[in-house]
Amino acid sequence: MENNLITIHVEDREGVTKELEIPTDINLSLMEVLKGSGYEILATCGGIALCATCHVEVLDGADNLPEPEDNELDMLDTLPDADDDSRLSCQLRLTDENDGLKIRIRGSLQ
Amino acid sequence: MITTDICIIGAGPVGLFAVFEAGLLKMRCHLIDALPQVGGQLSEIYPRKPIYDIPGYPSIDAQDLIDKQMEQIAPFAPTFSLGERVEGLKKQVDGSYHVIGSEGTMIHCQVVVIAGGLGCFEPRKPALENLDRYEGKSVHYMVKDPEKFRGKKVVIAGGGDSALDWTLHLSEISSEVTLVHRSRNFRGAPDSAEKVYNLAKEGKINLLLAHNLVSLNGNGTLQSITMSNKDRETVSIGTDYLIPLYGLTPKLGPIADWGLNIDKNAVEVDTFDYSTNVERIYAIGDINTYPGKLKLILCGYHEAALMAQSAFKYVHPNEKLTFKYTTVNGVNSF
Repeated sequence: MENNLITIHVEDREGVTKELEIPTDINLSLMEVLKGSGYEILATCGGIALCATCHVEVLDGADNLPEPEDNELDMLDTLPDADDDSRLSCQLRLTDENDGLKIRIRGSLQ
Repeated sequence: MITTDICIIGAGPVGLFAVFEAGLLKMRCHLIDALPQVGGQLSEIYPRKPIYDIPGYPSIDAQDLIDKQMEQIAPFAPTFSLGERVEGLKKQVDGSYHVIGSEGTMIHCQVVVIAGGLGCFEPRKPALENLDRYEGKSVHYMVKDPEKFRGKKVVIAGGGDSALDWTLHLSEISSEVTLVHRSRNFRGAPDSAEKVYNLAKEGKINLLLAHNLVSLNGNGTLQSITMSNKDRETVSIGTDYLIPLYGLTPKLGPIADWGLNIDKNAVEVDTFDYSTNVERIYAIGDINTYPGKLKLILCGYHEAALMAQSAFKYVHPNEKLTFKYTTVNGVNSF
């Protein structure tokens, strides 16, 4: 692994998984990275953990992610389709530790 | 009936600045906002958070920015309908509009400016087949009148404060209450959670933790709801009503039905003047979208300025618009 560059695995809503190479020194959230990579995510609230449309399910590598804060947990708790592996991608800033992260996009499109 | 030149929907930072830009061109504004105070997200969600990208302010707290904006627009004497959401829009024969609020306020204006930010917050719905068939009859997203559920069987879904509170309340008047929550624990108030656990222990309510809704069953009238746990074991419970309480999520609301071009919950605009596809209706700030859109307050300010220049022709059709600097002309109050 090159420094400041990690690979993550993203499963879209159709079940297709692709690898994404992400620089970790650009200070973007995972939501911004996913949107920038062309994935369909509403992110209505712009990244303040208020709409939950950037909901992702972490399939592998959850332990290396920062612990969710209260506002993220509160929002996830209201989601009908969230589970224990759910996170809001707008609250996740990736570091070199997150190489190999696997996620599935779950956020609502309405 | 309130009569004004421009009706601005949304009293956040961009809606407020639109009053200033309109005021410079001698156009009066009335603002309507669902929240009980001005400021939008800035006052409601992060009043004490610093904002760093307002020109001239290396750092300014969100509420301070709103306070200063209110001071800035005071010369133009804007009027407000706060705590009132926009429900309807009626085009008049002369091209002007009537904007109708949820509390019955009617605003007659020449131009409508949508500065609604995230939109309005509406109940989040579970993804269930045929949900719309039962909405308003057997499925209710809020409890307006608890008496409706007296002596009835009710399933409440969700784990927040309102789910806990309504479970406690309805357990006293409904014949059977079931609370379904996807998690094993509650993040709502510990007191209420404790009471809910106790009611379940005493057999006064059914508590289904770690369960999700799977389907609504019935022929037009709801008869039962099927739920499942992680291992996909299902359980069906007979019920008269379902009350999903999954919190609120930002939606466009009634604006979505005004014939505007919408893309992903945002209103499409022409960047020439931030007009929508419907004449005399503009959209500025976070609620609009166009190629290259950035959801920044300062971009919304720019959009407000260009909107005002364009809206002038509808408000003062017989006057010629001349562009003037505030440094030359000052701010001439109404």
